[in-house]
Amino acid sequence: MSSEPLVRWDWLAAHLGPIAGRIEQHLYLTLIAVSVGFAISFLLATVAIRRRRLYPLIVVVTTGVYTIPSFALFAALIVFSGPSVLSAEVPLIMYTLVLFVPNIVAGFDAVPWDVLDSADGMGYTPGQRWWHVELPLAIPLVVAGLRLATVSTIGLVTITSILGDSLGGLGYYILDGYHRTFTTEILVGGLLSIGLAVLADLGLVLLQRVLTPWTTAREAVR
Amino acid sequence: MEAAPLTTGPAGVETGTTRSEVRSGAASLEFRGVSKTYGSGSGAVVVGTPGAVNDLSFQVPAGAICVLVGPSGCGKTTTLKMVNRLIEPSAGQILLDGVDVQTEDVTALRRRIGYVIQQVGLFPHLTVGRNVAVVPALVGWSKARQRARSDELLSLVGLEPERYRNRYPAQLSGGERQRVGVARALAADPPLMLMDEPFAAVDPIAREGLQDEFLRLQKELAKTILFVTHDVDEAIKMGDLIAVLAEGGRLAQFGPPDEILSHPASDFVARFVGEDRGLKRLSLRTVADLKVEPIGPADGLPTFTPATKLRDALSILLVADTRGGIALDEAGRPRGLVTVDNIASALADEPANPRTRE
Repeated sequence: MSSEPLVRWDWLAAHLGPIAGRIEQHLYLTLIAVSVGFAISFLLATVAIRRRRLYPLIVVVTTGVYTIPSFALFAALIVFSGPSVLSAEVPLIMYTLVLFVPNIVAGFDAVPWDVLDSADGMGYTPGQRWWHVELPLAIPLVVAGLRLATVSTIGLVTITSILGDSLGGLGYYILDGYHRTFTTEILVGGLLSIGLAVLADLGLVLLQRVLTPWTTAREAVR
Repeated sequence: MEAAPLTTGPAGVETGTTRSEVRSGAASLEFRGVSKTYGSGSGAVVVGTPGAVNDLSFQVPAGAICVLVGPSGCGKTTTLKMVNRLIEPSAGQILLDGVDVQTEDVTALRRRIGYVIQQVGLFPHLTVGRNVAVVPALVGWSKARQRARSDELLSLVGLEPERYRNRYPAQLSGGERQRVGVARALAADPPLMLMDEPFAAVDPIAREGLQDEFLRLQKELAKTILFVTHDVDEAIKMGDLIAVLAEGGRLAQFGPPDEILSHPASDFVARFVGEDRGLKRLSLRTVADLKVEPIGPADGLPTFTPATKLRDALSILLVADTRGGIALDEAGRPRGLVTVDNIASALADEPANPRTRE
């Protein structure tokens, strides 16, 4: 074992196909978790904005969920739904809520009152005001939440490897490399997972620039 | 996409048609026994709650600027916001061209009333051009017509469309934002404008410029305007009519500025307009209004154009410490001698003619 090099390039070359498949699975698991988590969070945030009294309760519940060790939660879910995508997604989705909800609420709270007052005064209906004024102005903070949740979920997906070889995305290599004391696999799984997180984050930054041109126009003052 | 400059063709034709919309009519406004009370938690009416309004009745003829002025908490903003129903009155009626605003669809009502507030409330995510066209877009004008209207209004408030239409509000100075706010309120050619301390957020020099410009604009537009301020000098300068509100939202006095300054209806009004109300009246009159004396030896005396306000003329005479100054006529020829005495006697004459102000 001591003569084993840190990275076995021949192993890497022989496994490019399966690695690509794991990357795809990693992205797929992330995408489902982030999309479903975002939808649920948007609903919860909307409730929190309309019924301010419920906001502390929502914060307590989502934060409470976040305190459950992910390891324990995945293990517990095997009992109910076996080594399935469902068992992987339920915890992943639950962990996004605590990142999404406060950002979405803050995004809508950050819309200046004078902007809302003039929108009302000029004759926007409540629906038009929400769609044309509140939603666009909430985007910067909503995207901030999206970045957090995406990066965090890409990291967490690796742990779903404990649900079985059919799951885990790049985490499969980390766990397999750990069992076999094979550093090449651990490095491939870990570094590629980090790479995915960095790329996704950059992509979301670009998305925000495109969606909110006014936030970058400031520097262009004559 | 709004970036495309207007070229000749259909858009140019639209500019021609919208030109006439700049000056299409004003509405009369009447308050009839309007009250707004704010209940406490227990449902009991709390007397003297800030923002409450008590039995307001007054009439503003079409095309006049009516200024609501009073100390903070006297219900000025409440009064203004009851017109476009951002606040619903507890009692009474507000009539726009004789029609009770309560009977109209609230969205349609708001779209035909211009609304300008101190914080401006421009939409940060829209360019200046699209901000101005917000109401035209809401009521379904074509894109080309929106753009043409937006450019027309930017020019009207003194902002070159080519330079400004694609900027975002964050790229404007405070004064420029206020102009865009006024342009936006005028976009759908409303017969009534509500302006809540529209110039209060800019520095005094810029404010004076905006006031002068707005008065010049109003000469052309002749809109009916309800204008809120806490500043007596602004009220006197801007108002054809002034409604002085006292604490508790009572109407303490209603009338033209000169009448309020010369005959305050109560101690409250006298105190509110200030000990210098005599001087304030002088700023309602110009040298053109003055009966002048024959000119003797005129060497080195200050000269006054017809538009010089008497208050300024008096100040110049006091500073220069001379026996008088020369009033010039429109052509710049000497018309006669102005002395401290004739300025003082001007206040004894009939009320200032609002048309000769500025």
